[in-house]
Amino acid sequence: MMMDKYTKLQIAGIYCCLAVFLTFILLPFFEMFMASLRPLEHLFRSPYQFWSDDFSFQAYRDMWVTVPLLGRYIFNSIFIAFSVTFLTMVFVIPAAYAFARLKFPFKNATLGVFLGVNMFTGAVLLIPLYRVLRTLGLLNTYWAMIVPGVAFLIPTGIWLLRSYLEKIPVELEEAAYVDGASRMYTLRRVVLPLAVPGLIVVGTAVFIGAYAQQFLFAITFNQTRELQPLPAGLYEFIGYQSVTWNEMMAAALVGVLPVMVIFLFLQKYLVAGLMAGAVKE
Amino acid sequence: MTDATHDIAVAEGARRKTLPVGVFAWLLVAPAMIFILVIVAWPLAETIRLSFMEADLGGEHYVGTRNYQELLESRKFHQTISRTFYWMFISVVLKLVLGLIGATLLNAAVPGRALFRVLVMPPWVIPIAIGCIGWLWLYNGYFGVLSGMAQRLGITDGPFEFLAYKTSAFYSAVVTDVWVGVPMVTLFFLAAMQGVSRDLYEAAWVDGAGRWYRFRRITIPQIMPVIISMSLLSAIFTFNSFEIIWILTEGGPRGATTTLIVDTYKTAIGNYKFGEGSARAVIIVVLLGAFSLLYLAFLNRINRKFGTK
Repeated sequence: MMMDKYTKLQIAGIYCCLAVFLTFILLPFFEMFMASLRPLEHLFRSPYQFWSDDFSFQAYRDMWVTVPLLGRYIFNSIFIAFSVTFLTMVFVIPAAYAFARLKFPFKNATLGVFLGVNMFTGAVLLIPLYRVLRTLGLLNTYWAMIVPGVAFLIPTGIWLLRSYLEKIPVELEEAAYVDGASRMYTLRRVVLPLAVPGLIVVGTAVFIGAYAQQFLFAITFNQTRELQPLPAGLYEFIGYQSVTWNEMMAAALVGVLPVMVIFLFLQKYLVAGLMAGAVKE
Repeated sequence: MTDATHDIAVAEGARRKTLPVGVFAWLLVAPAMIFILVIVAWPLAETIRLSFMEADLGGEHYVGTRNYQELLESRKFHQTISRTFYWMFISVVLKLVLGLIGATLLNAAVPGRALFRVLVMPPWVIPIAIGCIGWLWLYNGYFGVLSGMAQRLGITDGPFEFLAYKTSAFYSAVVTDVWVGVPMVTLFFLAAMQGVSRDLYEAAWVDGAGRWYRFRRITIPQIMPVIISMSLLSAIFTFNSFEIIWILTEGGPRGATTTLIVDTYKTAIGNYKFGEGSARAVIIVVLLGAFSLLYLAFLNRINRKFGTK
């Protein structure tokens, strides 16, 4: 397309801007990686040296000894995020369908209540939430981190999924009704299969939210070390007197690697799905 | 859709033994509603009740509106409020501007853009706390690359601790908050840009419109709905942003990065003053609620004025 043609100068300009933009985005990762390669005594060397010849991957071996539960933390993070995603979707799918398709009393008010929840974060409600979880007997269990996560992600989930469901042609549902299918059957067998791409996008968005924001609930509602997710587990070490920084950086990078790899494969669908969701008439 | 709903309702009504549509809808919504009521509404009611109490680990007793009066008279608290709005404003503006630039760059038809799109995502898909640990290191005066480079280039004489001074700590926290928020904004803007019909651009191009003109007169108006919803969403996120500030500075130095949410956490969890903490939490909810309503009202006026949906 002629319209898309750039001059050489323009292309150079775009690449330069992209380089600056991506440097900003990736700088902390690069810095963490560099720090993980430096031997501990070298970390505190002054004046600052950008490069040196005693870089090694030793920290990636030692970290498993320094942070004995590292594998467990990584597992916990992913397990909690998956559980939150699964439960959130269980609550979100029927509600989003009702908001997208059905007419019922107090519909707008109800939707307003859900969206209002978006205005809170756990940090505002921490004290009473602590008491509620204690009353329900959930403190110091996985549930203490899963339950609040689900509550704060339900509104976002409903909001996102509703706009996908609205785009599914209603004729198919009508056809199913005419054939005598029950409402529940139609939802399960007609709507859900059609909504799979939307479900993947919304599920991924919920997963990201659940994975990125487990820190606060973990440090507040859970004292059991074996159940801590990665950020809370590592944060504990940063409070220590002598922090083995290189190993912390190595552990942080290795810790987020599994999820990064998953996203590498999912990103294509994610952008495509966001696109489908963003295009509203 | 209304017609369709009506048709379905009619078809349903003709059969026996089916639920009325309203009841069915409520059955679908009820589980999520009950969950939210228990985990959010109950604690919220409890927060409101506690805000009228003097409460700590020892117990609680009613003090009326004393917690609120103390806050409203406190100059320090007024500063915290204005600091929070300033924090929100500057961070959201930066996120939107950078997101718009980023999305435009990633939307440009140059080789390698699929790879660049992937490279934007990491800050979004890792735990916020982990990203903050990286920034903690970057801002360190002795072994962070920023201070190191500044020394090498002769900008500073010795190590510069970004988080040790009031102004630099505040803007450092802003930069980190922007870093956490930019990928999501960028990707949503990118998705919206890709949804803009190519016909519009081609028509403008045929008429001799340049890139900048097409960007201003086609791209921006077309993605306006997404810009508007992202700005409200970002504003709420940023207002409530807790982990970033807590890990970087814990609200310091000397309160320079203490926003309302950090103040609330410190009061309630750090000092066990549950009553005073709850009063702060209620004020946050009221301020955010008022802000959202004002924003939406403002939008309505703009929409009516310009006739965009």
